[in-house]
Amino acid sequence: MKKGLLTKQNLCWVLLVAVVFGALQGLISAGIINPIYQTALMQIGINIILAVSLNLIIGITGQFSLGHAGFMCIGAYATGVMMKQGSPDIMGVLIGMAIGMAISAVIALIVAVPTLRLRGDYLAIATLGFGEIIRIVILNMDITNGAAGLVLPKVVTWQMIFIAVVICTVVIVNFGTSAPGRACIAIREDEIAAEAMGINTTKYKIIAFVIGAMVAAVAGSLYASSFYVIKPEMYTFNKSIDILVIVVFGGMGSVTGSFIAATVIGLINTFLQSFSSIRMIVYGAVLVLIMIFRPSGLLGTKEFTFSALFEKFEKNKEGK
Amino acid sequence: MLEINNLHVHYGAIHALKGVSLEVHDGEIVALIGSNGAGKSTLLKAVSGLLKPTEGTISFEGNPTMKMSAQAIVKAGITQVPEGRHVFSGLSVYENLMMGAYLRKDKDGIKEDLQNIYNRFPILKERLNQDASTLSGGEQQMLAMGRALMARPKLLMLDEPSMGLAPIFVNQVFEIIKDINSTGTTILLIEQNARKALDIADRGYVMETGNIVLSGTGKQLSESDAVRKAYLGG
Repeated sequence: MKKGLLTKQNLCWVLLVAVVFGALQGLISAGIINPIYQTALMQIGINIILAVSLNLIIGITGQFSLGHAGFMCIGAYATGVMMKQGSPDIMGVLIGMAIGMAISAVIALIVAVPTLRLRGDYLAIATLGFGEIIRIVILNMDITNGAAGLVLPKVVTWQMIFIAVVICTVVIVNFGTSAPGRACIAIREDEIAAEAMGINTTKYKIIAFVIGAMVAAVAGSLYASSFYVIKPEMYTFNKSIDILVIVVFGGMGSVTGSFIAATVIGLINTFLQSFSSIRMIVYGAVLVLIMIFRPSGLLGTKEFTFSALFEKFEKNKEGK
Repeated sequence: MLEINNLHVHYGAIHALKGVSLEVHDGEIVALIGSNGAGKSTLLKAVSGLLKPTEGTISFEGNPTMKMSAQAIVKAGITQVPEGRHVFSGLSVYENLMMGAYLRKDKDGIKEDLQNIYNRFPILKERLNQDASTLSGGEQQMLAMGRALMARPKLLMLDEPSMGLAPIFVNQVFEIIKDINSTGTTILLIEQNARKALDIADRGYVMETGNIVLSGTGKQLSESDAVRKAYLGG
């Protein structure tokens, strides 16, 4: 089933991305999205990248990881140190991002080889531990300025984050629909049967884990260069849970779901900012309600695709 | 083709296989029958490399497989259809079939085998783009068998293919097994449905609590008093 790059579906996606970009740009220049909402927009973009990358590990491959904040932390600090010691401009960010991705990949590999033999709860505990180790190492290093953290100039604009979201999503969605991606889904659905089919389960689990960790480093890097301050305390186990909440809320295995969930949670957080005393209560209540009424998340494992949309149109036509 | 010698498997303290020896010759259907907990599935898992035996030898076409990984064993030509069907529910029927050909690189051969499977299981062709979890039990069993055949195995091992199926599907499954065998695939079949299994088998083994207690041709076994009393209802 070879298809060219220029299909109707792909054109529609490009068009959709362009329209969303144009609309955001228009709203910002018209002043409807003020700087506060712009910050929220950037936060949402970064959360989308985090959620999509964690979704690759948890949703698509079915490996329960609680150490995602650790990889984000590596990306953030690689960029932060690069900007402090090297050049505090966009080149510094990009080089820092590349270094962060490389370190993340190496550490993910070191973590993955022993821990991905574990299952379920054990894997969650092991990854949680590794996430904390990363944070504490950074807390005790001189170059990272310990607990005080790093104060950095804002270099990244929302346009760059937008582009990063698009690139990361394309990479992960393509991985998910490729042959290795199908192997990952097979592992999620039934590890024994996958192994009996001759799939090297450990290898594919490691691949997914490393890719997820690298993309999380990208998110960390973008965060460091757009929110002025990074501190080790931002990357505790709570941060990993925040990302997990987005993935579960959207539906494990659904990238579309991660997008929607990151946006909805981002908006809830922004609008509740003025009622800070009840913010966490409302936030918690919303999560409880969603889990009661949609236990498999907003979308389950469903994805929005243009080909499905076209099929619906065709059917409607035939129906009339 | 497959030779198992004095095989022992332990699950922790439990001694599941206590020195099992059996042989499967090229082109045969061999049935392995016995009650629950006799160690039949354990034996299959050991052969396909999902379990590491504690003692004994397994060799396939003269080569020892004990040190081989599960992937390498599939590559060598042994494929297992696990008990309880185990189809991948997040994937379509087509994608499930393609998972079976995961280790193969010959595109033309894969296409040809896919065509053969459509001919053998027309129902799968109708359901090609459906999520595998929406199939009925019988259809899932067909899919699991079709998927195993996509690996173009020399030896196909089936773990209770008739379990939980409607009688009409049970007959169909046994017909298909005979048909697969007639095109040159050797078959090792585990069954609770001893009568049906022995009917189509060239030879059979009876297992009890980790040991082989009887062996013979399918006919000899279905006529033997011990088997009739224990498994065929007198």
